[in-house]
Amino acid sequence: MQKSFNASDNYEKTKEAIGYVARKNATQQDYDRIGFMSGLEVHQQLKTKHKLFCKCPAGIFQKPEDYDAEVIRHMRPTLSELGEYDGTALMEFKTRKKIVYHLANETACTYEVDDTPPFHIDHEALDIAIRISLLSKLNIVGEVHITRKQYLDGSIPTGFQRTGIIGVEGEIYLKHKKIRLIQLSLEEDSCREVSDIGHTRVYRTDRLGMPLIETVTYPDCVNPDEVQEACDYIRFLNRSTGLVRTGMGAGRQDVNVSCRGGSRVEIKGVAHTKWIPELTHNESFRQWALLAIRDELNKRFKDTGKWKMAHVELKGKNIPDHERFLNGNLKDQKLIAVNLPGFGGLMSHFTQPGKMFADEIKDRLKVIACLIPPFMMHSEELQASMEQTEWDNIAKKLNAGDQDAQLLFWGPEDDIKTALETIEERCRMAFEGVPNETRKSFADGTTIFERVLPGADRMYPDTDTAPLPLANDYIEKLSEELPTEVIDRYHQLIKWNIPENTYTYIFSKNHFPLIHRLIEDLDMDPVFAGTFIGHTFKFIEGHYNRAAEFDTKMISGMFKYLKEKGIGFEIGKYMLPEVFEHPKMDFDSVLESLPFKKIAEADILSMIPFLKNKFAETAINHTPENEKNWIMGELRKKAVGNIALNKLAASFNS
Amino acid sequence: MSQDFFQGYKGDSLKVLQKYNVRVWGQAEIDTTRGQFSGTVLPRAENDDDQHIVVKIVTGYNIGIDITTITTMKETGYKKANYKIPEKEFPFTPGLPKVKLFGTGGTIASRLDYRTGAVIPAFSPGELYGAVPELADICNLTTEKVFAVFSENMGPKQYVALAKAIGQEIENGIDGIVIGHGTDTLHHTGAALTFMVQNSPVPIVLVGSQRSSDRPSSDAALNLMHAMKTAGHSDIAEVMVCMFGPTSDEYGLLHKGTRVRKMHSSYRSTFRTIGDTPLATVSRDEIIPIKKHYNHRRKDRDVKILPYFSDKVTMLYYYPGMRPDTLDNLVDAGYKGVIFVGTGLGHVNKELYPAIERAHEKGVHMYMTLQTIWGYVHMFVYDTGRDMMAKGIIPAGNMLPEVAWVKLSWALGQTEDPEEVKKIMLTPINDEITQREPYNGYLVYQGGVPEVDEFVKNVHK
Repeated sequence: MQKSFNASDNYEKTKEAIGYVARKNATQQDYDRIGFMSGLEVHQQLKTKHKLFCKCPAGIFQKPEDYDAEVIRHMRPTLSELGEYDGTALMEFKTRKKIVYHLANETACTYEVDDTPPFHIDHEALDIAIRISLLSKLNIVGEVHITRKQYLDGSIPTGFQRTGIIGVEGEIYLKHKKIRLIQLSLEEDSCREVSDIGHTRVYRTDRLGMPLIETVTYPDCVNPDEVQEACDYIRFLNRSTGLVRTGMGAGRQDVNVSCRGGSRVEIKGVAHTKWIPELTHNESFRQWALLAIRDELNKRFKDTGKWKMAHVELKGKNIPDHERFLNGNLKDQKLIAVNLPGFGGLMSHFTQPGKMFADEIKDRLKVIACLIPPFMMHSEELQASMEQTEWDNIAKKLNAGDQDAQLLFWGPEDDIKTALETIEERCRMAFEGVPNETRKSFADGTTIFERVLPGADRMYPDTDTAPLPLANDYIEKLSEELPTEVIDRYHQLIKWNIPENTYTYIFSKNHFPLIHRLIEDLDMDPVFAGTFIGHTFKFIEGHYNRAAEFDTKMISGMFKYLKEKGIGFEIGKYMLPEVFEHPKMDFDSVLESLPFKKIAEADILSMIPFLKNKFAETAINHTPENEKNWIMGELRKKAVGNIALNKLAASFNS
Repeated sequence: MSQDFFQGYKGDSLKVLQKYNVRVWGQAEIDTTRGQFSGTVLPRAENDDDQHIVVKIVTGYNIGIDITTITTMKETGYKKANYKIPEKEFPFTPGLPKVKLFGTGGTIASRLDYRTGAVIPAFSPGELYGAVPELADICNLTTEKVFAVFSENMGPKQYVALAKAIGQEIENGIDGIVIGHGTDTLHHTGAALTFMVQNSPVPIVLVGSQRSSDRPSSDAALNLMHAMKTAGHSDIAEVMVCMFGPTSDEYGLLHKGTRVRKMHSSYRSTFRTIGDTPLATVSRDEIIPIKKHYNHRRKDRDVKILPYFSDKVTMLYYYPGMRPDTLDNLVDAGYKGVIFVGTGLGHVNKELYPAIERAHEKGVHMYMTLQTIWGYVHMFVYDTGRDMMAKGIIPAGNMLPEVAWVKLSWALGQTEDPEEVKKIMLTPINDEITQREPYNGYLVYQGGVPEVDEFVKNVHK
């Protein structure tokens, strides 16, 4: 490595060279330039009483420390139905993880720990999955076949997820385009991870086995915002049935992204749709950067097959600084120096904001070789953790050339072999471009390696369950009870002139049916109904304590009461916080507590002349505007519910 | 030949495939009234209906298509799957013990079968090495498929064949024997081999799995490793069943073939020693004896093979109100031996007495065992017990019902002399009747009780 090399400069230079732009400055041209492509796998828990394949209750969750028993398993790769081993399976096997399951008596039976075969599929869940498939315009299968989808990370104790396709080839309509759907499956949810340290991973089994649907789209989205729009649409569609769970973790999505010449990379478990644009943006540019690294490597090596890394173990006085490396603990750990020929200037190559190529290696080492951080440093860190002279010594020991990069890592002896294989494998992949992988997302929009991307090779028919035929009349019956489509509801809201800033809230909470009822049944002004729910109720939800007994049906009940009593709907704004916090109070008492007094319109209007005189006496600034505002303010309390405020205001003009 | 092209399809669905000329393993495009589907046509399980065609779609999932919805279909390609565990030659390591694995079928080594949709046995040292390479660190393995049947189809013929094959291997100088076996009747075979293969100088280990080896969380690999470890390295030269101790992937237990019983339909830790403690625990690293006394491994080859078995023995599980004709009919059908599985200390109702007397007169050998599974038959405690003994029923101590059935079949295979049979039945060969019942030989803990729940929380189940 040349002495004049500056990693920070190199990082900025490579960032510029690939044409990275921040998302807020990116245009469709930028995405077209790199060939942005993205699709979704949207997961949604269904609101059922029981889990999918046993009679444990669904939707009851434990705290991490709250468990009654532990079971330990190890996962071993098996063949798929077509006789192939899956790449992910082999990677997970390499990691040699001990999986510990925490069981709670309330939410786990022998099925959760795979000590009893599955029971009959939950019919409530099947009904809901078919309804949502119909809404998604999918072709419903003739017979549901439960398939075992291998997951060797331990997130499911059987080592596979039981899942069945309900429908294939559907479509949804966004504001400006159609997104095609590949399929919708009904599956059991996985465990929640408690911890993952070294070779031990701990899960709890409360969520395990809850019914979940997965809607998979084609990669039809061409920019990050479109991906979010599609995702929101699918989530709103699911919620429009009123039959799905809401709240933390009830809806999660995996986002597939690639750039032109890149590979399908799956960003797993994105909890909020608002994170999607930043994540997909960064991922497409990360791939674009990896392609630049590939091109550079292929320029440097005519025969890439001859590329070979070298390593030495550093012992005794060759170890630069004990304290820093092994946290002062050299016992049972080895320190290895690795030379990566031709990777000089590439370790610090930009990949994501704040991340460089060396992180690609580091992330894999943590996951595959189970090294416990900190475990690695390299010759191109932005903030060097070691003197250049020490790196020079290491380079010398490795007979490194000028264009090489060096890396140091340390860990238990048993993990060294896997670690070296992992480093070599990742470097070789750099010659090919973008590895197929699943990545874990962070709120800042960056991602890290999670797993090798599994393929169709991990599918195996479930020999414990019989195929389940779906008869025509059963499907027809379900299709008669479907809600209207989200896209139609969207157009209806526009027609009603309801402000667009309420839509996301209305769809995400599935309040459209409520608004529809207020307008149709109570003759409420659509804009008032829409803003009352989309602004007023949303505000109340965020600022008052919801009583357990409160139900949104009480909102229409309240307005029905007001209509019958001949009281203006405007008073609802003041009543609702009371109803929200004390739903057991009857509406009469609520009104009394405000307090509200019934006053005839004429009586209110008759107060105006008196107030005008008063204004004339006391005011400093005698404009008509000020006069009106002051009087409106004085009368507001009396007026609300007795006379529409716009009517009161209009009376000044007469 | 047409069967090959339309594997598993019959009736209406077969007609549809034939009509459109679409084969199993053919890629097909199918138009239906529910929309278009495409994928690879898969074989269909024999017992499934003839109204659906199974297709693997591109994402790897399988779906069924209702043939009544099909408007047209077309084959666009063909690719037959080849399901094969990668075979690698089992390496020979000097210094490691020689172990023979006998295959009998069951889930320990299995793969997918489209005929039934369930798993069928598959097995060779190469396949085993491909799936569980760790075995090569334990022993030098050879295998022999004696027969391939499901556990429930194991019977007298198989016991005899197995006993003879074991005798042959021992004479040939093997260091240990493992028998891969379905779990349902593992304990019957354990008892049969204990009686048929006596004075073995080497361990004989029966092993199975409760989760087929086509599942990532299967217990098959660990059970096999434990069994090989036991066969190759343990000092215990007895017929043993080697299966999970707890349901966790932690250690196995070695049970005597005569005292073990399958106690749960699906749990991994289903095998328990009844009325005693297991012989030992086994992990990948070591075998720790629990019992102090056992038959030790020897250098000689002085094994005795006694491959006898009568198929004229039956069992009668008593229930209140059982009528005499149940027994009469068995006797009339020619059964020579009856194992009663009685209530409590070993009882049946008085109504059966005349039938018991008739059976005794006809020379039927009758023994009493217990529905309680644990404990001894005590027929002296109540008059009814004494009555029954007078009428010819012999108490079988704390012999497990299944073991008593195996032993009486084995005895009647040798002699029908009542005194000889009685002597064989009541002289234990390897603890099928024990002289004492250790207090920790009966432990069925009751969940929900605080101290038990505390135990369950702290010790892996």
